[in-house]
Amino acid sequence: MKEITILSGKGGTGKTTVTASFAALAKSRVLVDGDVDAANLYMITPHTVLDEHPFKGGGLPKINLDLCSDCGDCITRCRFNALEEGPTLNRIACEGCGVCAYFCPEKAMRVCGTWYHSISDNGPMIHARLGIAEENSGLLVAVLRREARKQAEATGAPLILVDGPPGIGCPVISATTGCDAVVVVTEPTLSGLHDLERVAELTSFLKVPAMVTINRWDIHPMMAERIHAFAKEKGMHHLGDIPVDEEVTAAMVKGQPLVTVSDGPAARAICSVWEQVLSFLDEKRGSLKMAL
Amino acid sequence: MNPANGEVNAMMITIASGKGGTGKTTVATNLAVAVGEGVTLLDCDVEEPNVHLFLEPESITRTPVTTMVPKVDTELCVQCGECSDLCQFSAITLVAGELYTFPHMCHSCGGCVMACSAGALTEGTRELGELEIGQCKNIELISGRLRVGEAMSPPLINRVKEAAEGRPLVIVDAPPGTSCPVIAAMEGTHYVVLVTEPTPFGLHDLKLAVEAVRVLNIPFGIVINRADAGDDRVVRYAEDEGIEVLLSIPYSRKVAEYYARGRLLVEAMPEMADAFAGMVEKIQKAAQEGRP
Repeated sequence: MKEITILSGKGGTGKTTVTASFAALAKSRVLVDGDVDAANLYMITPHTVLDEHPFKGGGLPKINLDLCSDCGDCITRCRFNALEEGPTLNRIACEGCGVCAYFCPEKAMRVCGTWYHSISDNGPMIHARLGIAEENSGLLVAVLRREARKQAEATGAPLILVDGPPGIGCPVISATTGCDAVVVVTEPTLSGLHDLERVAELTSFLKVPAMVTINRWDIHPMMAERIHAFAKEKGMHHLGDIPVDEEVTAAMVKGQPLVTVSDGPAARAICSVWEQVLSFLDEKRGSLKMAL
Repeated sequence: MNPANGEVNAMMITIASGKGGTGKTTVATNLAVAVGEGVTLLDCDVEEPNVHLFLEPESITRTPVTTMVPKVDTELCVQCGECSDLCQFSAITLVAGELYTFPHMCHSCGGCVMACSAGALTEGTRELGELEIGQCKNIELISGRLRVGEAMSPPLINRVKEAAEGRPLVIVDAPPGTSCPVIAAMEGTHYVVLVTEPTPFGLHDLKLAVEAVRVLNIPFGIVINRADAGDDRVVRYAEDEGIEVLLSIPYSRKVAEYYARGRLLVEAMPEMADAFAGMVEKIQKAAQEGRP
């Protein structure tokens, strides 16, 4: 079983568009929406939710006032000043650390959240949506990946695809650590390059092989060249690039992966990029192409 | 308007968006240039700071930023496992009678130090990243730069904001998403500008961002970028919700190419300069009315 995480560094480069198309092209896979902050993958991946599950440490404390003796212990202990007289929780300030629940002498507080197991065309999809201003997106991503591995074992799927979050912080580290390879979807802009440099540092730090594709490469072909040179220098495998194509937004409006509703230039480019991903994995990590 | 002469009250404006890549940095930099003298621009997208690519600050001073993590005295540890039971982030774990700490997982809640009855845990530090303060002509630029491999951005974001204390007019470039780092960037500021695009992903993530701003109870308005590239769903949503559209930026291939080269929107479209200046006035009016 192989696990590929799709990253970008910079937001809005087309990670989710590319991931949804990869998921449509891979005949048997488990799909994970690891961008729990702005979970968009489900919007272009037709699916049915099978079941919901709670997870520990994934959210804010729930306070049972019937059990509370109003001792104020939680208020004193909280380092984030998230509890006030009552006690009432300041959802924004809360870090989800669970110190209040752990020390509560009346056991009046508990910490728990929810994730979903769904079925889509080519296999299961594991996703969640963080409540607004909730903490612990990294922990939630780790839970989703663990469930995806269980599903892959149960269904015999040879591949897990993780749609990662933007940036290089907590949820990105959580989405990337221990996966077999990363596909970075970038764009030919100075910001795209700068952010790619930081992603490259992270993947090298985590010792995960990285591949690169440039979305909308024809916006600035010279910057695309600079990105190719950078990728080569860092030993990141270049997968080929994706051109500007109005059908990308059209497919998003239809709620479908690009490759299922279009055979335009961007869709064809993504198919070719996907072939390159499989070839790269076959060379590096044994035959996945055969299994798919 | 000249904030340097004290004509503008101390005011912080956050530029945020649910979805990445909608144009936060474009709006933040062009807004700062429109105000000019006396404005302070904060780059709080500490995972992928990009403002410096467009404004190129000079005479930069750099300061390391640290946070609290537990320090173990193994001589005193009695292997009771209380700290490891308490920690929601698996940052301290007792395995086969040995206590291991994973500082990069730690949220600095202090729970383990509080729970340790043997006195084996004390407060140590770990480096989060750097604070960079520089000057670009008449604009002061303060940026946070998260150390690659570091997961916790909110404490660094808070330090960037603290560094701007006492400045008359502050513009904050926030990270994408709606969770902890974004909340850290928005909290305590006087007005939030949500930058969006007229696509299904744009609207979906805008709604999340609106919920987050409403939880924080900060006056806000939206900027629609690439306004003619999708459909009218964002405009209709704004009308239904009574949200002020501060500015619509038309799609232009020229702007995209200028952006790709690290140049400002107002250089590609000088006619937009007045619109940005007018936006600052709209914001100041709305923020003053919105304040209790």
